[in-house]
Amino acid sequence: MILEGNVWRYGDNVDTDVIIPARYLNTADPQALAAHCMEDIDPTFAGKVKPGDIIVAGRNFGCGSSREHAPLAIKTSGVTCVIADGFARIFYRNGINIGLPLVELGAAVAEIKNGDRIRVDLGVGSIENLASGKKFAIQPLPGFIQDIAKAGGLINYVKGEKA
Amino acid sequence: MGMTMTEKILARCAGLDKVVPGQLIKCRVDLVLANDITGPPAIVEFDKIGRPVFDRHKIALVPDHFTPNKDIKSAEQAKALRDFAKKHAITNYWEVGRMGIEHVLLPEEGLIAPGELIIGADSHTCTYGALGAFASGVGHTDAGAAMATGDTWFKVPSAIKVELTGKPSRWVTGKDVILTLIGMIGVEGARYQALEFTGPGVAALSMTDRFTIANMAVEAGAKNGIFPVDGATEAYLADKVKRPFTPVAADPDAEYAQTVAIDLGSLAPVVAMPHLPENVKPATELAHIAIDQAVIGSCTNGRLDDLAQAASVLAGRKIHPDVRAIVIPGSQQIYAEAMARGYIATFIRAGAVVSTPTCGPCLGGYMGILAAGERAVSTTNRNFRGRMGHVDSEVYLASPAVAAASAVTGHISDPREVMK
Repeated sequence: MILEGNVWRYGDNVDTDVIIPARYLNTADPQALAAHCMEDIDPTFAGKVKPGDIIVAGRNFGCGSSREHAPLAIKTSGVTCVIADGFARIFYRNGINIGLPLVELGAAVAEIKNGDRIRVDLGVGSIENLASGKKFAIQPLPGFIQDIAKAGGLINYVKGEKA
Repeated sequence: MGMTMTEKILARCAGLDKVVPGQLIKCRVDLVLANDITGPPAIVEFDKIGRPVFDRHKIALVPDHFTPNKDIKSAEQAKALRDFAKKHAITNYWEVGRMGIEHVLLPEEGLIAPGELIIGADSHTCTYGALGAFASGVGHTDAGAAMATGDTWFKVPSAIKVELTGKPSRWVTGKDVILTLIGMIGVEGARYQALEFTGPGVAALSMTDRFTIANMAVEAGAKNGIFPVDGATEAYLADKVKRPFTPVAADPDAEYAQTVAIDLGSLAPVVAMPHLPENVKPATELAHIAIDQAVIGSCTNGRLDDLAQAASVLAGRKIHPDVRAIVIPGSQQIYAEAMARGYIATFIRAGAVVSTPTCGPCLGGYMGILAAGERAVSTTNRNFRGRMGHVDSEVYLASPAVAAASAVTGHISDPREVMK
């Protein structure tokens, strides 16, 4: 799978409260959540994000709540992939379960700036910064997790199993 | 090579003799939890699978985040949870008025036993590690799938051994222990790892302290936090858990990724400053921080000992005129006992409000929401930007004693100074 889009760049410890504040959690409707995505860290995001855009952030992205509303809001907003120096555990798991690709790039995320256009090849395992021409290798996902991704998320994966 | 407590529980639930860090395993769960925010979308995912619930006695549904319903939308969410509980004859459902905050309620109701594996669609599910269980927060899709299958998947975590020695002095609590630890290792210091608490210092910690410490394991990024099972654990469980259970202990030759040593006797009351739980400072150094609100309660610090501690600070004293103090008992049972012991009267005489059990202000859900520029000292577990209200408000995390002392003086205060 090849993804290409413009970068929304954020720092370390982007938490689930700023991705989707609790005041909007009286609904789990993905469109309603997407309308407030990233609101407390970047009020411009929801209005300006374009389908295909990519979030690039620092360490511990998605720390905090188990609310799956957070990756769901990001995915529904049109973002195709989140690249970070590292992800909080529950957020990473939730991303896999709903089919939002998450890529750990380590400290090399520093080479990607806000507004850069990047190409992510999840099959080959590479990221190319089309703005700077720099290329980075990424780790392939573990087989078990690839199986969940191939099934289109955890629920389809479970449905495919024998009860 | 031996196994850690976490590895032993995961191995048992996976039906394996041995597991090692990094291994991907499928585990049988002993309990699946969801609340009124995560339950309704979990039910949607569950319904897609098209199977009955795996065990109607092993699902717990707790309406605690936006209940009593704060608005029409949250009423619809609570109704979805209630209707599902009725439809599937879920035995572990508690209605408003007979409930509590999930992580206070479930141990109190005897739903958690040593050696068990619990997943919950709430990040503070790790609280149950205080009882020697493996407990971890997951999202609503994981919870919905597990409600149908009784299974979930895990990557076996490596573990950090937290070696506790000594005995905490008066006014040093479990909150000070966990905040000090997070200050030492950072908010991602235990990311993807287990935090295993051990050492002679464990015996000096009450069950309340242990619940508070395990509750905030996730604030260090941990998958779970877990305590050994000792006499205090057994005494706590005695009138609660009737079913058989099998405690596990770490092998003497278990391998840990890292050891962190903490002498409980050296600790002081501390506070985590905005906007991360790792920004820890001694309370005495923050006397210049004036506060607008104090919140005492939550799944972290809403237990009877917590309220007793706050009451002993507030007895015969008055809340500062510029401070709103909100006290939230963790369950109806705790509320009733606090009333019988006179704590509630103490809070009201001091000028605090006392609420029904709810997560309310902790996550900026409702009640006690902060305006722009306001500051709260709170016994809750997170101080992220905008957590308790306006994005330009601030939350300082502290123990019930520090929160109560600060409510009296109007600025962040060490209880030892107020209680002189």
